[in-house]
Amino acid sequence: MELTHLWGILFISLHAMVPITLAAIGETIEESAGLFNIGLEGILLFGALAGALGAQASGSALVGLLTGMGVGALIGLVFGTISTSLRGSQLISGVGINLLALGFVALMLSVMGAPGFHSVAREVQVPLIPLGVGNLSPLVPITVAIAIGVWWLLRRTQLGIWIRAVGENPAAADVAGIRVNRVRLGAAVAAGVLAGLAGAYLSIDWFGAVTKEITAGRGFIALAIVVFSGLNPLLALLGGFIFGFFDGLATWVATYPGIKDIIPWQFVAMMPYVVTLAVVAGMIGRVRFPSALGVPYLRE
Amino acid sequence: MSSPSSWIRNLTPITESLLAGVVGLVIGAFIMLAFGYNPLAAYRSLFVGSVGSVYSWAELFANATPLILTALTFAIAMRGGLFNIGAEGQLYMGALAAVSVSLLHLPAPFNWIVAILAAMVAGMIWSLPVALLKLGRGVHEVISTIMFNWIAHFFAFYLIANVLTDPQRGERTIAVSESARLTRVFPDATLSSGLFISLVTVGVIFFLLWRTSTGFEIRSVGYNPHASHYAGISIRKQVLRVFLIGGAIAGLAGAIVVMGRPPYYAVLSGLPQLVNLGFDGIGVAMIGRNHPIGIVFAAIFFGGLMTGGRIMQFDPGVPFELVRVIQGIIILALAIPELRRLFFLARERLAGRK
Repeated sequence: MELTHLWGILFISLHAMVPITLAAIGETIEESAGLFNIGLEGILLFGALAGALGAQASGSALVGLLTGMGVGALIGLVFGTISTSLRGSQLISGVGINLLALGFVALMLSVMGAPGFHSVAREVQVPLIPLGVGNLSPLVPITVAIAIGVWWLLRRTQLGIWIRAVGENPAAADVAGIRVNRVRLGAAVAAGVLAGLAGAYLSIDWFGAVTKEITAGRGFIALAIVVFSGLNPLLALLGGFIFGFFDGLATWVATYPGIKDIIPWQFVAMMPYVVTLAVVAGMIGRVRFPSALGVPYLRE
Repeated sequence: MSSPSSWIRNLTPITESLLAGVVGLVIGAFIMLAFGYNPLAAYRSLFVGSVGSVYSWAELFANATPLILTALTFAIAMRGGLFNIGAEGQLYMGALAAVSVSLLHLPAPFNWIVAILAAMVAGMIWSLPVALLKLGRGVHEVISTIMFNWIAHFFAFYLIANVLTDPQRGERTIAVSESARLTRVFPDATLSSGLFISLVTVGVIFFLLWRTSTGFEIRSVGYNPHASHYAGISIRKQVLRVFLIGGAIAGLAGAIVVMGRPPYYAVLSGLPQLVNLGFDGIGVAMIGRNHPIGIVFAAIFFGGLMTGGRIMQFDPGVPFELVRVIQGIIILALAIPELRRLFFLARERLAGRK
């Protein structure tokens, strides 16, 4: 194998790492605070559409990313409100967000006259950083920075202690004067922002298009990575890279002449999902989750 | 604070579902207005298109048939305290297993029975690892079922393109042999006798859950796993049971679609006739409050939205996807137990303002 292929696989892996890791870090904040959001997939999809529309309307990729984050925040707010003050079911509202996203994005694509596919002009896509051996998206270093920042936030700051307190023992946190539902709502919005950014990255950076299937289970793979990481954002980064590597390898194998004739592409495409299962199955047992995860807090 | 009259309180789950349905349709109407469509024309077309004629009723029931089954898969797991969203992948496997039986050229009375059994076994095989991963390694079923759905998706693509391919038409599988096809209820409608298989399954699951000790154990584990454990019920056995029964029903749904839906009686490349039936079943189960009888009505409602949605797409020209938006809003509304109280509170406030 030539060196250029190695660089190619590394760059694809890093690019594939970004959306999964960003969503996983958001979910880490949320799960630390005691909320379990299976609607990540839907927020990614909303973010992908919003990012593309924002970038096209303004002619700026940055505005596109911000639009994705804003819409993600809005969906996070809906999920957070249902899960906190409205005392709703987190699993059911997560399913609702996924269904709504699938319908709404398909509706928008259809209204825009491009059923199923909408490409984003190159001029408004995120500009890549030329590195000589390949072009790297600026979102790669940003993702690494966010992982470190959120790790610091959760483990080294007062806010981090509050977040973990409302996830671990909301009643005690309440007695200590922490506003449980407000902290949880904030965590849900933060998770929405990161998942929205991940979605916008998919459409205006990595793929340069919006499709109904653009997320391809990445929101759920992010949930699996949260399990792998045991709520540590730095391990989420590592997990994201491992899955990114298999995602990248699948893309590479599917196009590499000698190999694609031996292994059918469908089996290569299964790889990230099989690896996810294998890694999660190998990890569980050593990981401990917050006691109040998924349980609405009712003051007695 | 308002206190709804007592008969409404007794009907709580039904009123909650109805209220969520109304919320979905009302917000759907506002979305149509925002996109410049006429919601009244759209809803009239949707209504007439789904229940306006015998033909549309037949189409509605044809659409409801697989949803009843995939909803049962989700509901029986919910009754057992598990969140099984794996019907989607199990359905693909069931459909392909049913098709592959046609390769055997079995004699007439056996081939459809064997096809249905093969589909149920295929669904169970696809569901078993989910149960084993949960029991052996503690893997949450939300993660494992979604991963298996995607693996099934690509495995189905492989089988369609390489193993079960129709020699004349590369974009689909071989057709189910004619004697294994389910009988059509009307000559021109898509409705098949699969509806009766679905309804019988509803009866069986109802009986299982509320009239057998197995059902009691499943519900008891779902209600309180700790108490059940101390009462001597094996939780591991219930988890295995729930996933295997669910897998069999989802596999059956796949068989009924491919054996009962004209004109191809084959699985098409890209799985257009199967995609989302598993996920729609989750919505149906939620609206039907995870009760077999509720599920039948919820499936009729979803079947109506799907049937009428196709008509609405032609007449006022509102995209079919709007139906999915409405479904999503209904589920979100259902997630809010306070919705009913908020509704009565708002009504009281409005009345007070007059």
